[in-house]
Amino acid sequence: MTTRIFGSGIRRREDPRLITGRASYTDDIKLPGMLHAAILRSPYAHANIRSVDASGAAGQPGVVAVYTGEDTDGVLNGLPCAWLIPGSDLKTPAHPPVAKDKVRYVGDAVAVVVAESRYQAEDALEHIAVDYEPLDVVINPKAAAQDGAPQIHEDVPNNIAFTWALAGGDTDAAFADAAVTVGDTITLQRLIANPMEPRSALAQWSAATGELTLWNTSQNPHIARFLTCVVTGVPEHKIRVIAPEVGGGFGSKIPYYADEAITAFCSMKLGVPVKWTETRSENYLITTQGRDHIEEVEMAATSDGVITGLRTTVYAGLGGYLSTASPGVPTILHGLMYSGPYNIPNISGTVYGVFNNGCPVDAYRGAGRPEATTLIERLVDLVAAAVGQDPAEVRRKNLIPKFENGHDVATGITYDSGDYESALDSCLSAAGYEALRAEQAQARADGRCVGIGVSSYVEICGLGPSQVAGAVGFQGGLWESAIIRFYPTGKVNVMVGSSPHGQGEETTFAQIVAGEVGVDVDDVEVLHGDTDNTPMGWGTYGSRTTAVSGAAIAVAARKIKEKSRALAAHLLEAAPEDIEYEDGRFFVRGSPDQHKTIQDIALMANVAWNMPEGMEPGLEASAFYDPPNFTYPFGAHVAVVEVDPETGHIDLQRYVAVDDCGVQINPMIVEGQVHGGVVQGVGPALWEGAVYDDDGQLVTGSMLDYALPRADLLPEIEVHSNSTPSPHHPLGVKGIGEAGTIASTPTVYNAVMDALRPLGVTRVDMPLTPEKVWRAINDARNGG
Amino acid sequence: MTVPVEITINGKACAGEVEERQLLVHFIRENAGLTGTKVGCDTSQCGTCTVQLDGVSAKSCTVLTVQASGSSVTTIEGISDGVDLHPLQEAFWNNHGLQCGFCTPGMIMAASELLRNNPSPTREEIRHGLEGNICRCTGYQNIVSAVEDAAGKMGGR
Ligand code: FES
Ligand code: FES
Repeated sequence: MTTRIFGSGIRRREDPRLITGRASYTDDIKLPGMLHAAILRSPYAHANIRSVDASGAAGQPGVVAVYTGEDTDGVLNGLPCAWLIPGSDLKTPAHPPVAKDKVRYVGDAVAVVVAESRYQAEDALEHIAVDYEPLDVVINPKAAAQDGAPQIHEDVPNNIAFTWALAGGDTDAAFADAAVTVGDTITLQRLIANPMEPRSALAQWSAATGELTLWNTSQNPHIARFLTCVVTGVPEHKIRVIAPEVGGGFGSKIPYYADEAITAFCSMKLGVPVKWTETRSENYLITTQGRDHIEEVEMAATSDGVITGLRTTVYAGLGGYLSTASPGVPTILHGLMYSGPYNIPNISGTVYGVFNNGCPVDAYRGAGRPEATTLIERLVDLVAAAVGQDPAEVRRKNLIPKFENGHDVATGITYDSGDYESALDSCLSAAGYEALRAEQAQARADGRCVGIGVSSYVEICGLGPSQVAGAVGFQGGLWESAIIRFYPTGKVNVMVGSSPHGQGEETTFAQIVAGEVGVDVDDVEVLHGDTDNTPMGWGTYGSRTTAVSGAAIAVAARKIKEKSRALAAHLLEAAPEDIEYEDGRFFVRGSPDQHKTIQDIALMANVAWNMPEGMEPGLEASAFYDPPNFTYPFGAHVAVVEVDPETGHIDLQRYVAVDDCGVQINPMIVEGQVHGGVVQGVGPALWEGAVYDDDGQLVTGSMLDYALPRADLLPEIEVHSNSTPSPHHPLGVKGIGEAGTIASTPTVYNAVMDALRPLGVTRVDMPLTPEKVWRAINDARNGG
Repeated sequence: MTVPVEITINGKACAGEVEERQLLVHFIRENAGLTGTKVGCDTSQCGTCTVQLDGVSAKSCTVLTVQASGSSVTTIEGISDGVDLHPLQEAFWNNHGLQCGFCTPGMIMAASELLRNNPSPTREEIRHGLEGNICRCTGYQNIVSAVEDAAGKMGGR
């Protein structure tokens, strides 16, 4: 019989095709007659285009066609922004897929060559002559918002795309009355998402049928179909988007890009399949980046360290254009989380969304929440230092006490369930916090620079109730749907609209079905990623796939169970209320021998030889699940570092994570998400950052210059978990995809600042590279 | 200008006429049709293109096809028949050593070289041995566990 498959760390069914090199990612697909596109990109961060002469490319070997903005203008529509936050005076300047008059960041598309081979297409790019008139450039988002800054879009004064404000309680009074106030300016630098698979699009147009098929590295194929329709004008039902194997995304494969539209355009013009795949260098220039915040923040507290207020002004860089979801990230997903896991009665914030001459910025793992958690956790540490108390104790006294069903915070949202103190306690005890502090005191006495960082966090995920989505200007729903279909042999297909790309939901979704209706997990196949054989859904991001799509599957499975119960009652000649269910068997109460298995039911329902009056044949159910609230996973993390004051080198020695993502379907996968998430947050604390020079050239333009975490730089991450079920979710799950990234940046940052405090260092911008740390130490030593 | 080449890939002779500048990874993917070997970067940093060239692991994006002519190449498709798995493949599966899987072929090829040179490495040595391969999903920890596990099972093979 089936074991307890739901909740067990079974290995993933995705893996055999991946470990043997038999999986098909977009760039692995070859179609007969397929041509290759290469896109000419602006070398200037800001320039007017005087002219484009593509004639030189046309005769190059293998070249089939060359198109410029003149060709796409009026054929392709502009790229839409899909998160129109209300009450913010949002400006949505035009974003043509191919720039015709002006370029606004290095990488803006200017022309495209289609050729028989990728090599030929790239060669021909050199033969396109573009006459640019360079303009002044601005990169720093605060500088971009000042009077006199170079204006990037004509109709957007001071480059301010929106001003979003948040107010809960009376912050001014809280600060006026506070015994203690602390403040800081925190830079959350631009980050490059770096999924290992570069983006790719393969478009196949059929003039005969009017159908466009697009293979695309997308986290959300149904949104990609919708936006392909908006941009190309091909009717939605004639577009098929397939996200085959997708090699990570981390948010950067949510947006709809110019490149997809251009590739589709080329195929529609030429009537043959056309493929475009970015190089890694292109990825660094054009695939949406994350963060880019300058945060001026203050916290008010009592002399005993009880937090009374939080005030922020944030300049959020948007890049040269609005990307698909960019306005929602530094506002809804950021400001609404300003209370963190704490009771903060008075909160206010102003966020300026500012255009600058960099790559467009959009959601990147954590999206808004790492930016919020970092500022909160930094300020809590400053409060602790100001009142002379242990940072863990200050956290403890401010944490919202345990609650099981709803807690309102000053930003106006309602957390679902939380037990923040248990998470903190578990983490402190797993880390051996008291002993660590004692060791630290000894190390300091010995002249060594050891630091301990603590952070508590809560995040918002499981996005989300569609009504709320509408109210906050998201131009779509946030529900998910699932179809569960039983075949006569008792085997099952599950079709979902979300689109996992590394998170393992082909496995966890099968575990849900197995857990609900008692089929063998191996008898369940999960289909996703192809808009032609999956029901509508909004995609995989925001730690929402298991939370929302998983709920849809659970609801559909329960419908299957109810129909099966009714059919079993009919076949067993009993009343439905007398039918009990256990482990895939329906039996008459008191006589378990008289039973029908779910496979018996599936067969009968499919052949329909003997059905109860009025029951439809088939054993299939679908569910549309619109969550009643978001889910709010939480936890506490501790990091230990040692800084070499002579070199500024940081040794991350220990990392302890306690996360509470509610009920776990597959603990092995949860742990893997924590590992990866933590490392993606450690990266920006210590190494990662996209750097543009004053001319808007990306200095960190390759993996040589952009320092990604590598295996030898990391300690073993100690992962623990608690489980506080979400009260409103059918399975009690919350989501774990982003938690590690949200918690680890401030944890490591706080650890390093803790190490540097005795040296008098009060501020170092992330990433905390040896050079910056060394300079900060020297400046402090020299009285700076 | 094209030149004739012949490379034995996974025991099978693959001949072709290629441009002198063609990268071996493109020959493997385009000419031989073996797409398990990935292209993750254009600066020889990521390791997703790692194969074995005459028994030594190499980033196939740093080798020209013409340089490899006459050589023998093993790719991820060649280390097992896809059914009976190589111990490293099995260990990556058992230890959740992959998420999106894009780095995995290169990671397994690099790990197999590592184990050939050091059949029972410490976790620290595994981390150092794999520093030329980037994984953005796993945080490496389970990859290290997988290689450690495989080393145990292979018993110094
Ligand atoms: S493709 Fe990145 S190292 Fe070869
Ligand atoms: S598993 Fe995705 S990059 Fe390694």
